[in-house]
Amino acid sequence: MKTFDYVRPATIAEAVAASAAPGAAYLASGTNLLDLMKVGATRPDRLIDITHIAGLDHIDWLADGGVRIGALVRNADLAHDPAFVRAYPAIGEALLSGASAQLRNAATVGGNLLQRTRCAYFGDPASACNKREPGSGCDALGGENRLHAVLGWSPSCIAVHPSDFCVPLVALDAVVEIEGRGGRREVPLEALYCLPGDSPQRETVLEPGDLIVALRLADPTAFARHARYLKLRERTSYAFAVVSAAAALAMEEGRIRQARLALGGVAAKPWRARAAEDILAGARPGETIFRRAAEAALADARPSGDNAYKIELARRIVVRTLTLAATGTPQRLPALPASPFSSVPGARHAA
Amino acid sequence: MPFSISLTVNGVSRNVELDDPRVTLLDLLRERLDLPGTKKGCDRGQCGACTVLVDGRRVNSCLALALSHNGAEITTIEGVARGDELHPVQAAFIAHDGFQCGFCTPGQIMSAIGLINEGQTGDDPERIREAMSGNLCRCAAYVGIVDAVIEAQKRLADAGRRDAA
Repeated sequence: MKTFDYVRPATIAEAVAASAAPGAAYLASGTNLLDLMKVGATRPDRLIDITHIAGLDHIDWLADGGVRIGALVRNADLAHDPAFVRAYPAIGEALLSGASAQLRNAATVGGNLLQRTRCAYFGDPASACNKREPGSGCDALGGENRLHAVLGWSPSCIAVHPSDFCVPLVALDAVVEIEGRGGRREVPLEALYCLPGDSPQRETVLEPGDLIVALRLADPTAFARHARYLKLRERTSYAFAVVSAAAALAMEEGRIRQARLALGGVAAKPWRARAAEDILAGARPGETIFRRAAEAALADARPSGDNAYKIELARRIVVRTLTLAATGTPQRLPALPASPFSSVPGARHAA
Repeated sequence: MPFSISLTVNGVSRNVELDDPRVTLLDLLRERLDLPGTKKGCDRGQCGACTVLVDGRRVNSCLALALSHNGAEITTIEGVARGDELHPVQAAFIAHDGFQCGFCTPGQIMSAIGLINEGQTGDDPERIREAMSGNLCRCAAYVGIVDAVIEAQKRLADAGRRDAA
């Protein structure tokens, strides 16, 4: 690991000021950043440790019925907050399906939003990677790319965003509060992320010095009773998604008044499926309409390598997630959160 | 420039001068505080051998910067027994053959203590397996580990009820 200068600001203003030094990076828990620094994939000159800034670890309910989550709230604390999980069950399920208990105890909300791709070539300084070293090429193209993107990729980068948490967040229109050198601003989470295009090194719209301070969600009432997150992995637990989906349905007299759908593991950003949502709006839930929605969600998908299977897998996880969401949010979280193989009373299990 | 941190390790206050900011909590414990019970397996947060409690919560000490933990309270495997009396989780691992080679065991035990503190699994083996999935065991002693967690959790709950009575 390259050595670095270490500073520990006490306030947001001090942190943003400290970011003016060249090569500065914010450090929260470090579960992703330190790992990347150890292998040399990331080489900051200065770490600005934000974990000692007071006031960033609160979960506050807002007058409009929504919630504001501080950037330093730990994933486990959010996932085990009873009021939060009742209000946003698919987000709780996604959080608990990610990483391990140890990592969830450390990892922060803000850090989760900004975690880097798990593309093995990005994490290996000996490989060509346009994201890590612009202009060096992409060894994932033509390499081991079974798990890479099927939507929104470009010839310069086929990496996927690894987060589970962000998938239902994008489905539910989460907003990010950012403190920067020009003051405070807000960006919808979906708009925080950039697709690779010709500049995959630019992953978000954040400017130098920008610090995510909080995440906001709107009143959950309409969607809380029909919300699920499902994730397919290569092993039962403690693995990133091959594909995943978050679905939330506002039901009215047996019909879907409004649908929210997003996919994970398919693109460089959590992928909102608006065309599918439009198809579902006003429909009675059922396999035929769910399949049509899944076709629409993956209409633009194309393989970036040995991953054509992910497109059909993604369609199926969409159908399954919509089916389980229509059945209803389970009273208790399944023993294996987000697993299509977990037993939930009353749910349909044969695909 | 040396960096100074103060933290409590197994109930003892420690002040440490670090000449290098890169030291992880794991290396601080093993190399500077003479507490080698916490193991370095993958050093990348994938195996769980380095699990310790920070302010009562289980974390991977390999992915924690020592400097970030100024003021923290750390518990390692060296700090869980009371003199010669093993912690109930340690005793249960022995009773249920929850290990073979033993390399992952300190991390497994610290993780199990953390799991019991979290109180999310009850005695459901499926939930315990899921909650212990951050600790790998190359000898595959998993069946014994789950049995040990169930028994230790019950003993601790019984002891808690006795203390409350």
